[in-house]
Amino acid sequence: MPGKRRERWEKEVLGPALKRFPERQPGFRLTSGLEIRPLYTPDDLEGADLEESPGYPGEYPFGRGIQPTMYRGRLWTMRQYSGFASAEESNRRYRYLLEQGQTGLSIAFDLPTQLGYDSDSPLARGEVGKVGVPVDTLRDMEVLFEGIPLDGVSTSMTINATAPILLAMYIALAKRQGADPARLDGTIQNDILKEYIARGTYIFPPGPSLRLTTDIFRYCRQNLPRWNTISISGYHIREAGATAVQEVAFTLADGIAYVRAAIDKGLNVDDFAGRLSFFFDAHNNLLEEVAKFRAARLLWAEIMKERFGAKDPRSCMLRFHTQTAGCTLTAQQPYNNIVRVAVQALAAVLGGTQSLHTNSYDEAYATPSEEAVTAALRTQQVLAYESGVADTVDPLGGAWLVEKLTRDIAAAARQYIQKIDSLGGALAAIEKGFQQREVQESSYRYQREVEAEERVIVGVNKFVTPYTKIEKLHRVTAGEARKQVARLNKVRRERDGGAVAAALEELQKAARGEENTMPAFLRCVEAYTTVGEMCDALREVFGVQREFLIF
Amino acid sequence: MSRKKIRVLVAKPGLDGHDRGAKVVARALRDAGMEVIYTGIRQTPEMIVEVALQEDVDVIGLSCLSGAHLELFAEVMDRLRQKGMDSVKVVAGGIIPGEDVPALEKIGIRAVFGPGARTPDIVAAVRRLVTGE
Repeated sequence: MPGKRRERWEKEVLGPALKRFPERQPGFRLTSGLEIRPLYTPDDLEGADLEESPGYPGEYPFGRGIQPTMYRGRLWTMRQYSGFASAEESNRRYRYLLEQGQTGLSIAFDLPTQLGYDSDSPLARGEVGKVGVPVDTLRDMEVLFEGIPLDGVSTSMTINATAPILLAMYIALAKRQGADPARLDGTIQNDILKEYIARGTYIFPPGPSLRLTTDIFRYCRQNLPRWNTISISGYHIREAGATAVQEVAFTLADGIAYVRAAIDKGLNVDDFAGRLSFFFDAHNNLLEEVAKFRAARLLWAEIMKERFGAKDPRSCMLRFHTQTAGCTLTAQQPYNNIVRVAVQALAAVLGGTQSLHTNSYDEAYATPSEEAVTAALRTQQVLAYESGVADTVDPLGGAWLVEKLTRDIAAAARQYIQKIDSLGGALAAIEKGFQQREVQESSYRYQREVEAEERVIVGVNKFVTPYTKIEKLHRVTAGEARKQVARLNKVRRERDGGAVAAALEELQKAARGEENTMPAFLRCVEAYTTVGEMCDALREVFGVQREFLIF
Repeated sequence: MSRKKIRVLVAKPGLDGHDRGAKVVARALRDAGMEVIYTGIRQTPEMIVEVALQEDVDVIGLSCLSGAHLELFAEVMDRLRQKGMDSVKVVAGGIIPGEDVPALEKIGIRAVFGPGARTPDIVAAVRRLVTGE
């Protein structure tokens, strides 16, 4: 119910103004279709108890942030995702970024590594080193982290279907460096459900995949207590075309499925939930995005407490990494991308992210150049040190609009989660193609809006001018793939073939049985077994998954 | 008189799972009245050419976002030639740097649609390739 003053304003001030100057378009909507109103006032929050929700930072329900001091204590981790055609070149980039003041590493692997094919597999043709670094054996990891002590950095690895293998390699390498695995700090993405929904790099069917996920949860609880065992990702779902509400809903529904799977394996919720982390996209609509991050935190806290009975406040904290939205980058007028990235990064910071990757302006074409990635990192540093937004907690908290949108997005996402529950949970819904179809619909609608010019993309469908294409694109040559294959063959010749065969046999045995597979993976990688050999052994046991919903 | 529907195979060679663009294009072609077959992700060139043969398509649209386009598209073109399917027109899209376009045209790819391409332009190009109008 609008208050008297607002009613009077609408009648006496707004009404006549609209008659003389109509609004520039028939209505204004968020990506999720939620309406955005001309003005927000306290009336929009009538009946809401802001002391309860969003509450106070550092305590349940964490709407205003997961730490009481947020960036006044410590800034977010600036973490640029990168990986090049060779371990040597990637190593140089990691050292460069660390020297430039980056505070964490983020490793991009090439597609054969992500899909369990060796660099000389016929299926890897053309793909070796293209979207990240190729890793066939522990030897590649040794080169990748040359001169970087693993107990002194936090490392994020974007790896899912082959996550246990890459984690095992990281542990094996740390041991060789003389580091205590218990001190290792980092994250593996390890989120297979979103692969089925959006990203596409799954290998095995969901059942065995989820079993590998929970094996990692259990192993890390014992051996790597500081490791983030999963990064439940909305990023790729959003990039595939989902709206902000769908991003929150589908991600948290996946989260529910992982928690359920771990509990079903006999784990106690408070023993693992504190190590779960999330990964979201930061899109262009600043206000919607800030509200989205806050809504996600509120909803997750509610889910953990009410659905799973979590007692430890840490179990209810949604900690997340953010990447700016790759899908918003344009090949046309590429320097506009720097501004888009700055706005998106601002949304992530105002939304309380724990770590951030800012995209480079040339990423609509290729893996970023050093110049472009430096500009992207500097964008974060300007926000952190110059803009002032890091100097107080949740600066937009209490803004009528932001609080209202936070509630609206949470409510809309809650409805989606109920729908997924009614379909039997995230996995059953994926098998029916529900999330995939929803994302496809949103992406097609978005494309039509752009083409109808209902949605303006500067430099693409409005303010179009000839533009200079980016030069100095990063290119990967076939020579680099050949070098990788040569290294792989050398490792194959020099290793102890008997030890490899025995380790693979043990891996298959573990996979067939109930015991944790992680020790068997460790034994394999220490014997220089290849990623492809391990995955082939598992394909025999687990089978392979085909696409659930094609079109 | 209605002409036979244009048959298009939208295919994703290689390992990348970025199918947003391929699906949008497939749907736009279908909405424009064409018969569209979409292969799904992670198809080998052999599989793509086999489907194109079985489905008797007029056009193949290849999508690749991993940077493996030069190798994989060339293999598709070679296999089409080996099977005597020279009449099938091939177009492509994805993350394809402008400097690669001449090389792709040289192996017989008729059009390349990069980021920001409009679906009406893609529909028109496909139609023109088949009808020659």
